[in-house]
Order: sequence, then structure tokens, then C-alpha cells
Amino acid sequence: MSLSNETIKQKLTEKFGESVTGFSETYGMLGFEAPREMNLKVLNFLFDDEELRFRFLTDLCGVHYPDKKDREIAVVYHLHNLVDNIRLRFTVYTPVAKPDIFTATGVFSSANWMERETYDFYGVNFVGHPNLIRILNVDEMDYFPMRKEFPLEDQTRIDKDDEMFGRGGSAGFGTEKTTHGTVTEDEKDNVGEELK
Amino acid sequence: MADQHIKLPEGSIEKTTTTLNLGPTHPATHGVMQNIVELDGERIVSTEQTIGYIHRAFEKIAERRPLYQITPLTDRLNYCSSPINNMGWHITCEKLLGVQTPKRVDYLRVVIMELARISDHLICTSIMGVDAGAFTGFLYVMSYRELIYEIYEEICGSRLTTNIGRIGGFERNFNDIAFAKIDKFLAEYPKALKELESLLNRNRIFMDRTQGVGPISADRAMNYGFTGPNLRAAGVDYDVRVHSPYSSYEDFDFTIPVGTTGDSYDRYMVRIEEMWQSMSIIRQALDKLKQFTGAEAEVYHADVPEYYLPKKKDVYTKMEALIYHFKIIMGEVEMPAGEVYNSVEGGNGELGFYFVSDGGRTPYRLHFRRPCFIYYQAYEEMTKGSMLSDAIITMSSLNLIAGEMDA
Repeated sequence: MSLSNETIKQKLTEKFGESVTGFSETYGMLGFEAPREMNLKVLNFLFDDEELRFRFLTDLCGVHYPDKKDREIAVVYHLHNLVDNIRLRFTVYTPVAKPDIFTATGVFSSANWMERETYDFYGVNFVGHPNLIRILNVDEMDYFPMRKEFPLEDQTRIDKDDEMFGRGGSAGFGTEKTTHGTVTEDEKDNVGEELK
Repeated sequence: MADQHIKLPEGSIEKTTTTLNLGPTHPATHGVMQNIVELDGERIVSTEQTIGYIHRAFEKIAERRPLYQITPLTDRLNYCSSPINNMGWHITCEKLLGVQTPKRVDYLRVVIMELARISDHLICTSIMGVDAGAFTGFLYVMSYRELIYEIYEEICGSRLTTNIGRIGGFERNFNDIAFAKIDKFLAEYPKALKELESLLNRNRIFMDRTQGVGPISADRAMNYGFTGPNLRAAGVDYDVRVHSPYSSYEDFDFTIPVGTTGDSYDRYMVRIEEMWQSMSIIRQALDKLKQFTGAEAEVYHADVPEYYLPKKKDVYTKMEALIYHFKIIMGEVEMPAGEVYNSVEGGNGELGFYFVSDGGRTPYRLHFRRPCFIYYQAYEEMTKGSMLSDAIITMSSLNLIAGEMDA
């Protein structure tokens, strides 16, 4: 464990100066961010540097912060140096209007599907990705479902008439209209007509 | 000649390769996934994977659920070893909330996680035998998966999707039947495992079918984000239990088996050896559990009333218990804002939880790092140029679980 968070921070500021910002250390993991056009430079530096050796991409995912102006979509990389056993978190923010960042597939083959997943759910356009298509959702889907503008249904709502799933609404419980097996007023006279 | 009788439509280009669809439901895929294989004779030219058939949007659902309601979602990731997923999730929450678990809870967790690892590996190894044409070994070990499920049942009441444990510990102490069944398992399973090994390990047919099949170098495996037995088979001794110990794994003495070539045979051997190691860990954990005496021997959860559900009896009779019960059920626990990444060694590798909290009642964002999803993308590279039947056994040696892949 020769490498410490302090050293990583130092090396990063030495190399990139003012560009890398937002250093934090939460639950022992170093986190920082960089401008989106620099993500590949930073990843390459972390990969190639003889001392840093962050050569394992543990995780890549997106987060949507609708309130952060022009940095709505975050792409989060979790990197692992397996030799010194130290992890770090690297975040890149991109505006939701034009969510373009460079792909990391050239550095990590594992980024391929993880980037496709991030594209699938957040619409991040990974420039240079060999096959940027949806992976878990259907190809016909025309929106990015993990964005915060698509809230999940409120489980307490009662206005929904969905009696098949036990959601007739508590106000009208037991008075739901059913169409099968019931006889309307007009039909009443004709009931049993055939039997007569 | 045959081609004289085949009338191709006007203007069509004659294709020299065959397209074969494996899946979404096919006996050889062991799950709901599709593989479009392009074949030249019996050799694979290219494969294309389609996944997502059982995508259930767990990450989205989790954004509206209090912590305790997310545990059942994790069950359904790798359903061959649900307890590991459950524990991984609890440990992530505990890390965020700053809950310290007592040693006894850690050891109980280790017991249940290692049992889950065995049940995961025994399926994978014996299914490899089935895919190579040796069905019998599968039956020998399968009855012990049943025994493991009975142990789960004694502890939490369910078998496959276990929803085991709570934040801070377990919902109840292990009973004597559970311990008796664990002892029975430890006494009888080695015999069955030896039998499986004697059927396959030095079996000429099995060796010919698996050695040199679907190999991946350590370098490529790491670049592809392999973890767990599949990475260790390639010769990299990375194990989350050792590198970032959780649940007091540092107290245990075990070795990490590694392979050399990263082929299907090595993956099989690594998993077999891990089962032996897991049994040794369970024995050590049981010994450690016996050392607790008096009140300590009854501890099965941390003393954190604000996160751990009180006993139902107390809810009806005590004011504080009722308040805590209400708060936990309504998801009103105090959650610090922050980001936490935590991982455990799942059956297939590093199962990670990236939890972004904004201090609200539910996670702001929860991402599961599913090992299957990440290493399945190497399948094309691993099978290129190999025979179709080798691709089948490569797939089963990777132990792909559709539930984990699709989340």
C-alpha cells in the first residue's frame, strides 16, 4: 500500500493543474471530477502512469441531476489499482442538451457494454463508441428511462381504475363497474326471452 | 448437386455462412439470452449477444423504495446465491449509515454467504458436466443444494429468493435445526463433491472438451473487467474477500485458488477448489461462533433501533419500538447524504453497489455492478474461431445468470 489518496491527488494536480477539481474523500474513496472533454486524457493518464496504474475499470454508470444547470448528467467511473489495492471515483459532468463525451472503449474493453447501458438509460452519447445501441431496453424505445423526468408511479394514488390489480380506489371500493356477467337496463326485458 | 435445386431470389447474394439462433429460450443458454451465431461449417465466425429479456428496471424501482424494500430486489440478481446479494446490500447500507455489526453477526453472515457460494458453484460445475454429456454428477450434488435451501429456510423462511437479514444483522437467531443441518451438510457434502470430482476432474472426455476451450489471458480478462472465479482462472488472484475484507473475512484463513490458462477447465477447477475453501471457512466460522458465551452467544443483530426493525411484540407494547417501527416502515430513517461504493465477492465476482444518497428516504441513485453483465461481453472474443459445441461449454463455464445480467 505505497500509494495513498494524497499522492494520487498530488499527481493529478501536477499533471492537469486547475482542470481537475472537486476532490473529496468519502468512506475512504478518493473522488474528483474533470471537464468532459478531458475524460479520456485523465483515464489514459491514470492507466499509463507507472505509479498510478489504475488499470481495472470496476464500474461505469450515469447519474441524472436535473437541478444542476449544464451539468445534469454525470458519468461516474470507478477505477481500481489492483497492485496497490486502491480505488478511486472519477466523475464527468455533461449538459443534458448535448451529452457528448469520449468513449473509454479504447482503454478498457469492459467499457463497451457499460457505456451502452449508460446510453440506454441516460442517453449519454459516447463519441467513438463502436456500437452505441440500446442493450437492456427494446430498440424501439424513444426516451431514456432513468432520467429523473420519468418518475415512477406514486404507490399511494387512488385515482387509478385498475380493478384487475386490486386498485379500484378506496373511495369507490366495491362499486366498480364491470361489464361481463352483468345485465344493463335495456337488456333486462329480454332476459330469458329465448326460454319462453 | 444441391445448389441446382435451391432457387435464390433474383439479385440475392449467396451467403457462405450459416446463421444460427441460440436462444432466447434454448437448453444451451441456461437463461433467457440470445446468441446469434454466424457459422462457417461448425466453426464460429462471429457471435452477437442480445440481452435484456428479463430486464426489470431494478435500479429505477430502487429510486422509490426505502432501504428495506430494496433487499428483495437484490435477491433477483444472481438468484443462485441470493444471500450474498442480500448481505452485500445490507453491508452497503451499514457503510452509509455507519452501523457497526457485532462479530457474531459477521460470522453468521460468513456462514450463510459461504453456503450460498457453494450452492452457486455446485450448479455451475455440475452443469458443465451436463453440457459435456455427463449428467450423473449433477444429480449427486443437486441434493445438497436442496439441503442448503433447507438451511436458508430454517433461517429466514424462504428458499430461492431469500430476503435474508436486515440492516444490522438477522431478523432472528439461527435455531438449533439450522446448526444441525449445517453440520449435516459439512459432514456429507465432501463425499458428494469428491464423487463429482472423481467423475470429471481426470475424465478424458471432459478434459478434452474443456481444456484449451474458451481461454482468455490474464491481461485480456482484466481489460474486460472479469472478476471472481473467471478472473482467478486466468491467473489473477483478485478476491474482494481478501482485498477489501467485509464482514470480518480478515479473521479467516483460506487460500485463493488460481488457474493458469483461463480456459473452461481452469474455471471449473477454480470453482471446485473454492467450494472446499468455503467449507473450510464455514468450519472456522462455526468454531468461532462456539466461542461466544453467555449473552454474547445470543447476539444476532446490532443495537441500532433506528434502522433495525423491533420485535413485533415490542411494537404492540412499547412506545419507542412503535415509533421506530413506523419510521422504518415508512422509510423515514435518517440517511446521510453522500456517495458510497461497496462490493462483496459474489458467486460470479465482484458484486458492487454504488449508492448515491441525497438524504432522502430512498436512494437518489443505486447502481448494481453485476459481474455477469460485464464479463459476458468477452464471450465473442473467447469463442471466435472455436467449434459451436465448445462455445456452449464456454458459456456454461462462465456461469451466466440472466437475472444478474439484466437487473
